[in-house]
Amino acid sequence: MSEIMLEIKDVYKAFNPGTINEKIALDGVNLTLEKGDFVTVIGGNGAGKSTMLNAVAGVWPIDSGSIQIAGMNVTGLPAYKRASLIGRVFQDPMTGTAATMQIEENMALALRRGRSRSPFRPGVTHKERDRFREQLKILDLGLEDRLTAKVGLLSGGQRQALTLLMATLQTPRILLLDEHTAALDPKTAEKVLAATEKVVSKDHLTTLMITHNMKDAIAHGNRLVMMSEGRVILDIRGEEKAKLTVEDLLHKFSSVSGEEFASDKVLLS
Amino acid sequence: MDITAYFQSLTPLSLLNRLPAGIAQGLIWGIVALGVYITFRLLDIADLSVDGTFCTGGAVTVMLILAGWNPYAAVAVALLAGLIAGVVTGLLHTLLGIPAILAGILTQYALYSLNLAIMDMKANQAVSVDKFVLMLSSRYVTYSIIVGVVLVALIIAALYLYFGTEQGSAIRATGCNQQMAGANGININLMKVIGLALSNGIVALAGGVMTQFQGYADINMGRGAIVIGLAAVIIGEVIGEALFRKRMNFALRLTFVALGGVIYYIVVEIVLWLKLDTNFLKMLTAVIVAIFLAVPYLQKMSRSSFKKAGKNAQRAQDDGKEV
Ligand SMILES: Nc1ncnc2c1ncn2[C@@H]1O[C@H](COP(=O)(O)OP(=O)(O)OP(=O)(O)O)[C@@H](O)[C@H]1O
Ligand SMILES: [Mg+2]
Repeated sequence: MSEIMLEIKDVYKAFNPGTINEKIALDGVNLTLEKGDFVTVIGGNGAGKSTMLNAVAGVWPIDSGSIQIAGMNVTGLPAYKRASLIGRVFQDPMTGTAATMQIEENMALALRRGRSRSPFRPGVTHKERDRFREQLKILDLGLEDRLTAKVGLLSGGQRQALTLLMATLQTPRILLLDEHTAALDPKTAEKVLAATEKVVSKDHLTTLMITHNMKDAIAHGNRLVMMSEGRVILDIRGEEKAKLTVEDLLHKFSSVSGEEFASDKVLLS
Repeated sequence: MDITAYFQSLTPLSLLNRLPAGIAQGLIWGIVALGVYITFRLLDIADLSVDGTFCTGGAVTVMLILAGWNPYAAVAVALLAGLIAGVVTGLLHTLLGIPAILAGILTQYALYSLNLAIMDMKANQAVSVDKFVLMLSSRYVTYSIIVGVVLVALIIAALYLYFGTEQGSAIRATGCNQQMAGANGININLMKVIGLALSNGIVALAGGVMTQFQGYADINMGRGAIVIGLAAVIIGEVIGEALFRKRMNFALRLTFVALGGVIYYIVVEIVLWLKLDTNFLKMLTAVIVAIFLAVPYLQKMSRSSFKKAGKNAQRAQDDGKEV
């Protein structure tokens, strides 16, 4: 029997409840990922994709429902207490790294994800440096020779690739990618996606990847999930997923949700 | 006043005579600057508690020495008192959600009462170097400078080592990018509390040292400590960056921050020597700090602003007409 890595059960989340700006962002989300699942998530603007990832990461408490990661109920834990289970890459390349700190310092911080930070142990050790150098080589961006460079000097693509590496330095139970190539130019996005494939398949990481690019959603992963109005409305896997085309997807969307897939971003990509 | 008489009264020798005392005081303010640097630069918080904790350090030290304590032990307790005050500010900010700047003001305000209470409800408590063995004293300036240099060097070394540890790096990450820190499992609130505590502990220690140097603690001795601390940080960084540019590492940066305090007090001594009205010293300091804080913003604006974009567009249009 396969192991369940992530279980999102009946999760509700409303923003600004009780005001005229009330917005039910998650309206009873259910999603279960088995170990090694690589799930791509698509859906129109405001469908609740980022909110679902934030709920898993523990950015704020959810209103009801439960979230389990690797068999552990994390619903009541703040973000920093579940961070040991989760690797995250954000949409904005500036978000995932500390600009004023060195590449090796950033990596060392990520390596200690979920551990208490001692005032007596060194922030980076020699042994770690060698390890970091090896791992940076995988990215093939020349960063292995720039361990002590400030991250603020790197390009967006380099920062995003570094964030990806940092998110997986300490093998996460679940990897959360929120449109992590959306802010990059097509060529760089391609590279970062290739790096994503590499790190995910290397450790058989269980992954949730939001994308606005239908082709990417189809080309990557073994499952594809579509969200609309705070719910998962489609979950395509196995053979069906492997044979999926963009036309299929557009057709499925309109038949399930009764509306056209309106996002310009999706259609254009 | 006759202008020639004024200039004749300004003998270089008298400046030279007053410089050592300025340097000694400057070293003590250099310690304050190191404390302020932690919050202002590393945590990206402007913490106004230091105005209160500088005096707390002085008050605790003076009372303990009067009670017969060893001055080093007294200063150690002062440091502890500062740490606690910093924790209070940190909890007001993180646990109760009060904006950092207000949290600092509240602590500072409360400390006024507390400081007075510590000093037996007197606004001033003297501790004479004639009656007590002190760490340093304005009576023995050269010796005081040596003590000051040793203290500053020890604190810089400690901070350098600490901010290279796991916890120190976590504090720096928190100040730089909270989302990144959070995603990497760093307890952001805890790091802020630790940073604020450390900063205020160091400032209180400086207050304890200053009290011994000047021979008394005064309820107003911390007034404006944050501004002088900021001035020292800024002056030190500007000079350090001018001299070392890209080679400025963390140890050098801390050294220049402390030197900023010394330079600030040398300027103060020159102002005093020029017999300028010292009443305006505070205003002068504020103006200097405001200018230096504005420089990075103005530099950015000079590179790109709406005004400039508008002018460029206008020029392009005018050029087009001429063709
Ligand atoms: N912190 C917040 N406060 C208030 N409303 C929010 C917040 N975060 C999200 N929302 C709202 O919740 C809804 C879902 O947002 P979410 O960001 O999850 O959408 P998304 O599917 O990621 O869309 P996009 O493709 O545009 O990124 C939106 O209507 C959004 O405005
Ligand atoms: Mg989103």
